[in-house]
Amino acid sequence: MHSEAMLVTRGLTRRFGGLVAVNAVDFDVKPGEIHAILGPNGAGKSTLINLLSGEIPPSEGEILFRDQPIQGKSVRQTARLGIGRSHQKTNIFPRLTCLQNCQLAARVHMGGIFASWRSRAHARMVDERAREVLETCHLMARADTPAADMSYGEQRQLQIAMVLATAPSLMLLDEPMAGMGHEETAQVTTLLERLSDRYTLVLIEHDMDSVFRLADRITVMVDGCVLESGPTEQIRRSEKVRDVYLGRHHEEATA
Amino acid sequence: MLHRYPKRVAIIMLVLTLLVAVFPLWGPAVFGDQVDFIQEKLTLMVILALFAMSLDLLVGIVGLVSLGHALFFGIGAYTLALASPDYSAASLWWMLPLVIAVSAMTALMVGLLVIRTKGIFFIMTTLAFGQMFFYFISTSQFAGGTDGVFIMFRPSVTVGEATLLDLSDPQTFFYFCLGLLIAGYLFLRWLTRSYFGQVLDGIHDNEHRMQTLGYATHGYKLAAFVISGVIAAIAGMLAAMQYGFANPAQLGWHASGEVLMMLILGGMGTIFGPILGAFAYEILLYVFEHLTIHWPILMGLTIIGAVLVLPRGIAGLIIAPPGEKSADTSRRKSETVSPVDASAQPVAAQNKEG
Amino acid sequence: MDLAFFGVQLLNGLQYGLLLFLIASGLTLIFGIMGIINLAHGAMYMIGAYLVYDLTLRLGNFWVAILVAVPIAIALGLIIERLFLDTLYKRDHLYQVLLTFGLILVLNEAQRIIWGGDVHSVPVPAPFDASLQLTDNLQYSVYRLFVMGVCLALAAAIYWVIRHTRLGIIIRAGAVNRDMVEGLGINVRTLFTLIFSAGVALTAFAGMIAAPLSSVAPGMGDSILITCFVVVVIGGIGSIKGAFWGAILIGMAETFGSVLIPSLASMVIYLIMAAVLLVKPRGLFA
Repeated sequence: MHSEAMLVTRGLTRRFGGLVAVNAVDFDVKPGEIHAILGPNGAGKSTLINLLSGEIPPSEGEILFRDQPIQGKSVRQTARLGIGRSHQKTNIFPRLTCLQNCQLAARVHMGGIFASWRSRAHARMVDERAREVLETCHLMARADTPAADMSYGEQRQLQIAMVLATAPSLMLLDEPMAGMGHEETAQVTTLLERLSDRYTLVLIEHDMDSVFRLADRITVMVDGCVLESGPTEQIRRSEKVRDVYLGRHHEEATA
Repeated sequence: MLHRYPKRVAIIMLVLTLLVAVFPLWGPAVFGDQVDFIQEKLTLMVILALFAMSLDLLVGIVGLVSLGHALFFGIGAYTLALASPDYSAASLWWMLPLVIAVSAMTALMVGLLVIRTKGIFFIMTTLAFGQMFFYFISTSQFAGGTDGVFIMFRPSVTVGEATLLDLSDPQTFFYFCLGLLIAGYLFLRWLTRSYFGQVLDGIHDNEHRMQTLGYATHGYKLAAFVISGVIAAIAGMLAAMQYGFANPAQLGWHASGEVLMMLILGGMGTIFGPILGAFAYEILLYVFEHLTIHWPILMGLTIIGAVLVLPRGIAGLIIAPPGEKSADTSRRKSETVSPVDASAQPVAAQNKEG
Repeated sequence: MDLAFFGVQLLNGLQYGLLLFLIASGLTLIFGIMGIINLAHGAMYMIGAYLVYDLTLRLGNFWVAILVAVPIAIALGLIIERLFLDTLYKRDHLYQVLLTFGLILVLNEAQRIIWGGDVHSVPVPAPFDASLQLTDNLQYSVYRLFVMGVCLALAAAIYWVIRHTRLGIIIRAGAVNRDMVEGLGINVRTLFTLIFSAGVALTAFAGMIAAPLSSVAPGMGDSILITCFVVVVIGGIGSIKGAFWGAILIGMAETFGSVLIPSLASMVIYLIMAAVLLVKPRGLFA
């Protein structure tokens, strides 16, 4: 069974002092799927992503990535294993150009620790890879623009491009559309749709329309626990989910 | 894109370098019989410029504030002093590699301990290691205790039997130091513009992001620490040749503080700024010392003033003169938060779940 | 080394450690809450000692001198915080280092201008100017015991404030996550002024009560500053508990180091620091 899933967690728990942010979560991601995590504020979604990417160690439980335990590994190590992540906050290098940001990301995965001192051929490979991801993310026109000068939506897309440049096999995206307008949200949704052919994605997102359009499966979290997990249709129709989460979400939205 | 400055920077630096380089031509006319003394001062400024520049790699480029950098300056000075024979000149061909090796080893050992610390912690640990070495040297018999060690002869630079450079000649020594400063500058300029430099910039902006991308940031920081330490040690070696002795005062924490002052005066993160800063500091020091015996008060107030009103130093004035409206401020080193984190983030996004 | 001698060294180490704690706790509070590295902290210690030396001469009584000197020290802290540090909170540590280094130069030189470069001593005040006869040739100063008592009382007071008051909650929160302090809905400006003045008052007070034990000399703040840095690094930044145990450890290490291995005495505390960094890079109590 495990060989089917790319990433599996068993009894994953994280406590902060007395607070249990993530409580005995069993969760799995199948290769090639877009797996969205839904839940109200404070449900532990970001903490879960942080556990998966090695940002923080779990208090208890196991994380298996391709059947290998990875709990306790650092972000750098998980990145090297092929888990790329983007942050909720825009997290790019503002002084570098769009292209340089992607080169920086690409370079580390195309050589050893001092990859920065490689040959010309290596430099060309890095450059090609960087341009390729910019192409994918429709940012080619902005290649030589300093990241600080780009619009907010473009910066968020650049962040996804940088994760892509690290050639991950699993991407963890924490609210990639946070703070975007409708048009930009639609753009990024299309981008993620296209990526889903080639990548496995775990996605935290508040924009319901995008989530239901994109996700193959959805896991709903409440108070650190998994409320329900299953195919998108199942979650859409689930009464439990509607009561606990969607209802509350609608109240918040209309309030 | 990064570390590229307006043309006038290159022009100003070239003119100043030329002015310093041809000092023997115009010096006597301006300073009269003071000329030898001034030339000695000038040599010292060149040496301190190399020292300050080495620290800029750590402080300005990587963003690691070291308050123990004089440790490496002292290592260079003491290595030369202790390895030189008493009654003859050492060979520079031996001394230079020795200084590099000893300082690189020390920087590696200290670096392995301090590089894992951050921010204020890094400041305190570098300061403490600097002091540890200071006490070690000033209480050690072999290093002459608080008196230090004298160097009777400057190292020789020979090829076979022929003397290539006579470093005991003040003029030759002056050009030797100037040559090393220029070489050091070109090296650091190349380094900061290389991919390696790009990674260092990335670490300065957002180390955590670099780790998320998969960079072993500690390795890069350690490398920068060692390179910076070795260059500082070479400057220290030159200083020991210039003074004719190595002394514990050269490696105390006040010396580390002074070189930081040169950085702030000159403008950090620019590599060329600290050169200007070293000259400015030494000139100010000279002026203040002549004004009053209580010159440290003036120096202290100058530094406080520089921090408050001129945080980018002289280099900042040259890159973006106050009268000229800079087209894009974000392109320059941001000294506080990066503009993306601070302002581009809409309120809605910040309020969502953390 | 016989038992009595050992006991005396133990007391000396404890007394020195407790004194270090007073200074280091101010230093670590200022970082923990304000995120400021204050290099001029040692200079405040020196100012405290000189104030009490000067005022004892003028007023003729050590205790009155302390009563007058403490408010002066607090005022000095207030002025420095409002005048200089106010602009530095949002800026890089480098600027804090440089500004407070500038302050050291100014304060050290001001001390020379006002009190000169000589070394002075302050007589041990009554009623503690006596010694306990331990053995035939060993005696222990009552004043040292008094200093220990005062330091312990202050440590207990600090502990109580941190455990049982709202200010304490803020301080503990700040040590873990400084950004959280601003989220607690308190007047950060006032809090910072309070913390800084309290920190300065603690270190200046330490300088005052230490004055009769050692000489009052120019530059005395520099060496104590660096020792306190070591204390804070060992204990963990922002941790008062860490500052306490770090201070006791360093007090003992320095006292016994100078008795047992005089050749390495000045190095001992740094070697301990290196060892701690190797095992716990964030300090023992972080």
